[in-house]
Amino acid sequence: MPLLAILAATAVFCAFLLALGRSPASFFQLVWTGAFGSWFSWRNTLSRAAPLLLTALCVAVPAQLGLVVIGGEGALVLGGLSATWAGLQMGGAPGPVIQLAMAAAGAAAGAVWLGIVGVLRARRGINETVTSLVMAYIAIALFNQLVEGPLRDPASLNKPSTYAIPKAAVLPTLPGLDVHPGILIGGVACVLCWLLIARTTTGFAARMTGGNVRAAQLQGLPVAWLMVGACALGGALAGLAGMIEVAAVHGRANASLVAGYGYSGILIAFLARQNALAIMPMAVLLGGIGAAGGLLQRRMGLPDAAVLVLQGMIFVAILASETLYGRIRWFQPRATA
Amino acid sequence: MTAVGVEAVGIGKRFGAFAALSGIDMRVRPGTVHGLLGENGAGKSTLVKCLMGYYRADEGSFLVDGREAAISRPADADALGLGMVYQHFTLVPSMTVAENLVIARGQVPAVINWARERAALDEFMGRMPFPVPLDATVGTLSAGERQKTEILKQLYLQRRLLVLDEPTSVLTPQEAEEMLAVMQGLAHGGTATVVIITHKLPDVMRFTDEVTVLRRGRLAGRGATAGLSRSDLTSMMIGEPHAPARPERRGGAEAAIRLAVRRLRTTGGVGQHGLDIASLDVRAHEIVGVAGVSGNGQKELLEVLGGQRPFEGAVTVGGIPYAATRRQSQALHVRVIPEEPLRNGCVPGMSVVDNLNLRLFDQNDGGGSRRWLDAGGMRRRAARMIAGYGIRAASIDAPISVLSGGNVQRCVLARELDGDVALLIVANPCFGLDVKAVAEVRARLMAARNAGCAILLISEDLDEILELADRVVVMRSGRIVHETPAAGADPHAIGAHMLDAHAATPAPALA
Repeated sequence: MPLLAILAATAVFCAFLLALGRSPASFFQLVWTGAFGSWFSWRNTLSRAAPLLLTALCVAVPAQLGLVVIGGEGALVLGGLSATWAGLQMGGAPGPVIQLAMAAAGAAAGAVWLGIVGVLRARRGINETVTSLVMAYIAIALFNQLVEGPLRDPASLNKPSTYAIPKAAVLPTLPGLDVHPGILIGGVACVLCWLLIARTTTGFAARMTGGNVRAAQLQGLPVAWLMVGACALGGALAGLAGMIEVAAVHGRANASLVAGYGYSGILIAFLARQNALAIMPMAVLLGGIGAAGGLLQRRMGLPDAAVLVLQGMIFVAILASETLYGRIRWFQPRATA
Repeated sequence: MTAVGVEAVGIGKRFGAFAALSGIDMRVRPGTVHGLLGENGAGKSTLVKCLMGYYRADEGSFLVDGREAAISRPADADALGLGMVYQHFTLVPSMTVAENLVIARGQVPAVINWARERAALDEFMGRMPFPVPLDATVGTLSAGERQKTEILKQLYLQRRLLVLDEPTSVLTPQEAEEMLAVMQGLAHGGTATVVIITHKLPDVMRFTDEVTVLRRGRLAGRGATAGLSRSDLTSMMIGEPHAPARPERRGGAEAAIRLAVRRLRTTGGVGQHGLDIASLDVRAHEIVGVAGVSGNGQKELLEVLGGQRPFEGAVTVGGIPYAATRRQSQALHVRVIPEEPLRNGCVPGMSVVDNLNLRLFDQNDGGGSRRWLDAGGMRRRAARMIAGYGIRAASIDAPISVLSGGNVQRCVLARELDGDVALLIVANPCFGLDVKAVAEVRARLMAARNAGCAILLISEDLDEILELADRVVVMRSGRIVHETPAAGADPHAIGAHMLDAHAATPAPALA
């Protein structure tokens, strides 16, 4: 089903390209070259895929309980900021210690931020989709306020940034690959989340709650705690993505962190049908499309936003296919009638 | 508006390789009450869905008033004046009864003159045998009230032929009799022809003029009701003339109180009762039946005992205050079987194996909790339950929602009656099941009682309560208003308490 949706979205996008007077063939060839054509593009793709793995999990984990949390962006930027702050506090410590502290701080910030969403949902029944989205805007505003105010490095003129984290804290690239370890951390997180969801009793309780909350209550499951826990875990993963972006890519917190990884994560989670393992190939695919953006701009004169148009179309097609999927099953008459 | 006759000639309908109907002939003469009988899965619903245009018959044709009628979509049936009251409700839950009735009409003006509609509705409601509050939001009504509203809707739309699918299963004996008498009056008065799909033979014998009986998609018999006996009908329905044996009752209630409810109060929502129960006890070796017209607090009581609703007062199990947490219900061996098990007690999208393990997924068979799922153990446990309860499932890895209602209820019983059970709370366990499944479910409950379990049976079917219970309490408006031993109890006296027969108006269903 997702495959059909991607094909449909691609067809519409081809029409869009033709309307712009560009050749779809060369577009997709360039996307291929830019994403997977060389080791250089692979590296670019994989470093973009790293945060996407974690932000997609931020959607897929609460989705097991039937929650649609779309505020991963907020958890990511606050995670990045608090990781930076932790790194700056620990100036003289050995690298791994700083890195662990940064990871803990990033994950904690994300967990608290989306944990609030879970508490509001469990205690007050407030829609988690709306609160998580609104909380993402608040998080970004808070981030800008702090980066341009109290945490600003006065030397950063054009692009307000915090001070750089200590050199020792920068995550080294994976030996022999020249890719930062985010992709590895993200991959491990996907496998762990899959095990949690599919193989543990806690995951079973979560799926049960997502499938029928009345049945879960009747079995005495702690539904409220499961909701808060799933949101907090999702937030922690997105916060960790922020930490990795800071520690491996930017070296400091600034507006580059607000790059829409949280939102792309939603698309990936839906493409993967909320399956933690399926997130991995989908994140690489979307990372590749993103990585090809620059090449498209140079070779075809397409605006950077062209790939966003493609992403948007895929997203709409996926959502439409989910609806149709239900419809088609509904049309099949039950044999026992 | 005058009643129409309908004739089905050689109707056949296939779903893939499965022949749901073949060669069905049915003649419903105008101005009669016609009983359509058969067990679940016999093809009754499929036949009327073909008549109503929801399915298209593969073979055969329908005659309406003697003329061949092409019914290929619901609008065709509407135009012919054929109307259906479904088991599954077709009302808009967020709108009031009055709004539901008005929008059900084919042509509603863009601007509705509510004052005039309201006057017309009040006048219409005055002519009806049972009241439903026009201003109540449908979502807050209980199943029984919704069913009544469905029937009122068809009458409001002035149908010339009404098909009622199990219309009396949620009504009191008096209400059911009254409603069927009204249907009979409508039919014999020539206003509308009535087809009633039912399992209840007493109703069939008393209120129908003719019957058609289906068995496994084929015509099993038909004729004038007056010329048929109950055992004739039973043998047509299930093939051999045998009534299911009444489950044997062994042993009497013990002195020790298993479930004690004291000064229980809850706050009522919109259109719902708060509970106000001074005292309710269930002892070991005893079934206490809670009778009442639906919507009088039974749902709330079940929610309190299932841990889904906050309350004041004391609920104790074996003397220990009970808050229905998972740990407590497991330690005290308390089980709850809700009504409509697929909707309330199962996870429709999960497999049969998973659903059979909803209660014990985090436990080892020998006790002790688990962090990792034990896939093999879960399958073994499921296989044991499937064998023990005769659950028929094409695949144990298929979602439970593809199972028939009887098999879903078997799954829930297997899961909740497994192991030691000290207290069982069960609501409407036989709603919508066929004759065989009903007998089986009741036998299981009686066996649990005989083994020493205390059972609180909340049911809208008074026959069921009288068959199973040792003691009957009647709930009305959130209170317990009557209590009597079940042996020798007079159904009409209980019915009078259910309805509050002392009051001027019958059963003010809403506070």
